[in-house]
Amino acid sequence: MSSREDILGRVRAALHRNAGNAAVAREVMMAALANRTPGPQPAVACEPQALLERFRVKSEQASSTVEVVATDAEVPAAIAKYLAAMKLPTTAVVWASLVALDWAAAGLKVEARGARDADLVGITGCFCAVAETGTLMMTSSPDTPAAVSLLPETHIAVVRAARIVPYMEDAWNLARAALGSLPRAVNFISGPSRTGDIEQTIVLGAHGPYRVHLVIVED
Amino acid sequence: MEIKSMRFKANAEASLANVVLQGNLKNAKGKFVTKRAEAIKEIDDFEGTRDAAAAIRNKVIDNLDLWLERFETRAQETGATVLWAKDGAEVCRLVTEIARKHGVTKVTKSKSMLSEEAGLNQALEAAGIQPVETDLGEYILQVDNNEPPSHIIAPAVHKSLDDVADLFHKVHGTPRKTEIPALTREAREVLRGHFLSAEMGLSGGNFLVAETGSVALVTNEGNGRMVTTMPKVHVVITGIEKVIPTLEDLSTLMRLLPRSATGQSISNYFSILTGVKKPEEHDGPEHLYFVLVDSGRADVVGGEFHEMLRCIRCGACMNHCPVYQTIGGHAYGWVYPGPMGSVLTPLYAGIENSIDLPHAATLCNQCGVVCPVKIPLPDLLRKLREKQTDAGLRPLTERIGLRVWAWVAQRPALYGLGARVGARYLKWLAGEDKSIRLLPTAPEWTRGRDFPAPQGKTFRELYAARQNSAKGSA
Repeated sequence: MSSREDILGRVRAALHRNAGNAAVAREVMMAALANRTPGPQPAVACEPQALLERFRVKSEQASSTVEVVATDAEVPAAIAKYLAAMKLPTTAVVWASLVALDWAAAGLKVEARGARDADLVGITGCFCAVAETGTLMMTSSPDTPAAVSLLPETHIAVVRAARIVPYMEDAWNLARAALGSLPRAVNFISGPSRTGDIEQTIVLGAHGPYRVHLVIVED
Repeated sequence: MEIKSMRFKANAEASLANVVLQGNLKNAKGKFVTKRAEAIKEIDDFEGTRDAAAAIRNKVIDNLDLWLERFETRAQETGATVLWAKDGAEVCRLVTEIARKHGVTKVTKSKSMLSEEAGLNQALEAAGIQPVETDLGEYILQVDNNEPPSHIIAPAVHKSLDDVADLFHKVHGTPRKTEIPALTREAREVLRGHFLSAEMGLSGGNFLVAETGSVALVTNEGNGRMVTTMPKVHVVITGIEKVIPTLEDLSTLMRLLPRSATGQSISNYFSILTGVKKPEEHDGPEHLYFVLVDSGRADVVGGEFHEMLRCIRCGACMNHCPVYQTIGGHAYGWVYPGPMGSVLTPLYAGIENSIDLPHAATLCNQCGVVCPVKIPLPDLLRKLREKQTDAGLRPLTERIGLRVWAWVAQRPALYGLGARVGARYLKWLAGEDKSIRLLPTAPEWTRGRDFPAPQGKTFRELYAARQNSAKGSA
C-alpha cells in the first residue's frame, strides 16, 4: 500500500467515512470553499484620505519611511532626493512596469530586469496595499520579479493611493478579479526584513532589505 | 530527532542550576508576554476572532481526508508534485531522492520543525548533501554542533549575546563582534552566498490553502522568501493537519498568528506560493514538491486529543507557561517544548517515552487562555495523565499512594482525622520558621524550595467553624 493510501485510509477510518457521510461532507466543503465572507475584522475607516493616513502610520510603525507625491511624473525626482539624503547609490534595478518614467532626468540610472546580488537599490510598484497593517502586496510575473524587493539592501516601492484597500480580504478579491488564479508568488511586505533571534532584540536587515521607502502617488 | 524526554527531571534540574540560562530566560519572558498583550489590543473582537480561527481549523480536521484530497488536486493543477510520508524516515528518503534527481549538492533551509522531527539534516549529510539552516536562530544552533532548538519561534532563545559573539568568532574566524547588528550582518554575509548557490530550498508550511493549492509562509528575516525564490527546486515539508479552506480563512488566522507568536500585527513577510515559475519569469523555482507528513497525526484524528490538531505553532503557550519560563525548552527533550510539547511529544513520540511531560504543568490554564485556536491544553494534559495511569505507566509508589488516598477519601470521618493529624504534624515539624526544609515522605518537593507548613486548622475545620458562626449571627 502506498503511504498516501495508508495515511488517508487511517484518517477515513478514524472519521468513520462512508459513501453517505462523504457526500454530505463534500457538499459542506464545497460551500466552505465558495464562501467569501471575511471573519471578524478590526475597524478600518474606508474614506480614501483615512485609508492613506492609516497605511502611512502602520507602514511607519513597521519601520518603513513614507512620502506622498501628487503624480507619477514626480516619482523619479522624489526617489533621487531620498537616495541622495541617505547617501545611497543612484543606480537601481527596477520593475519593467516602471521603466517608462523619466529616470534619467532625475539623475538615476535604472535597468529593468531580474535582481542580482550586486544590486544595491531595487525599485518596485505593488499590486495593491493593505491599510489595516501597512502592508504591500506584491504579485510575481515576468514584469514584476520577486527578487527586486528582496536582494537589494534598499527597497523603494511606488504605491498608488487608489490601490490602498482596507483589508487583506479586499486584496484577495482584487487578485481574483484581475489575475483569475494566484501568481507563483504573492509576497506581503511590511517594512524592512528583521530578526530578533539574538536576545529578542530587533535588528533591521536580516536577509532582505535594511530599509523600505514608500512613495505614495495620490493621482 | 532523538527523544530525550525521559530525562526531563534531570534536565529541568540542570536548567534551574544554570545561572546563564536563567538570566536569558528571564530576559526573553517579559518581551514575548508584553508584546503579545499590546498587539492583541488592536483586534476589536479578539474572542470572536479566536472562535472564528478555531472553527476554521475544526472545519478541516473534522473532514481531513476530503480536504487533503482537495488540496492535493489543486496543488497538482498548479504544477506541483505532492508526496506523502508516513514518518520521519520516509521524509528523509523522499527529500534525498528529490535532491539526487535534480543533482542537488546544497540545500538552504527555512525553519521547519517537521524536519527537526525527522532528523532530516543528518540524513542529508549522510547522503553527501549539505543542509544550511538560514533562520538566524537555527543557523546559530547548526554551527554550534547542531544543538537542538529550545523554542519553536526563537530557537536560540537560551543563548546570550556573549554566547553568539564567542561562537561566530570561533566558527567564522572573524574578529569577535559584540554588537547584535554586526553579528547579524556577519551571518547575513555568510548566508547570502549559500542562498545564491544552493540548488534546492526547503521550507515548512504555516498553512496549506485548499482553495488555491498554495503554501503560506510567515517569516521576518526574508530567509523564507530567499529559499523559495532563488533555488531551482523548492520542497515544502508540512504536517497533514495544516490545510485551511480559503484565502479569507488565511487572513483571519493571520490576524492571530504573528500577534500570538512575536506580538507583531503582521510578520514582516507573508508569502503565498502557488506552482512553479513560468519560462519567461526571472525568478522562482522550476520544481515544487509538497511532502505531506503523517508522523502520528493521522492517529490523533477523531480521537480524544483531536483538538490538538488545530495548533498553528505560534508558541504563545510556552511563552506564557510558568514551567517553560523557568526551565527553558531543552529540558522537554524533543522538538516541541512547553504545554504544546507536553501534549505533542506523548502523541507523536510515544506516551511511554515522555512520562514526565504531562506532569510538567501547574494546570494554571495560562496556555489555554492565550491559545489563538482555543486548544484546552490543561484538559489534554489531564487526559494524558489519566492514560498513563490506565496503562500502568506511573511509578509503583505513586500508584499505591493514590490507592491509599482514594480508600481514605471515601471515608469522610477517617479522612478528617487524617487531615487534622497531618496538619498538626506538619506544623510541629516546621517549628518556628513555619516552613519545612525537608519533607521526609516526599523529599523531591523540598529539594529546590521550602514547603510552607499548614498553620493548625484544616479546611474542613475552618469551614465548619464559619458555618457555625454564620448560624449564630443569623
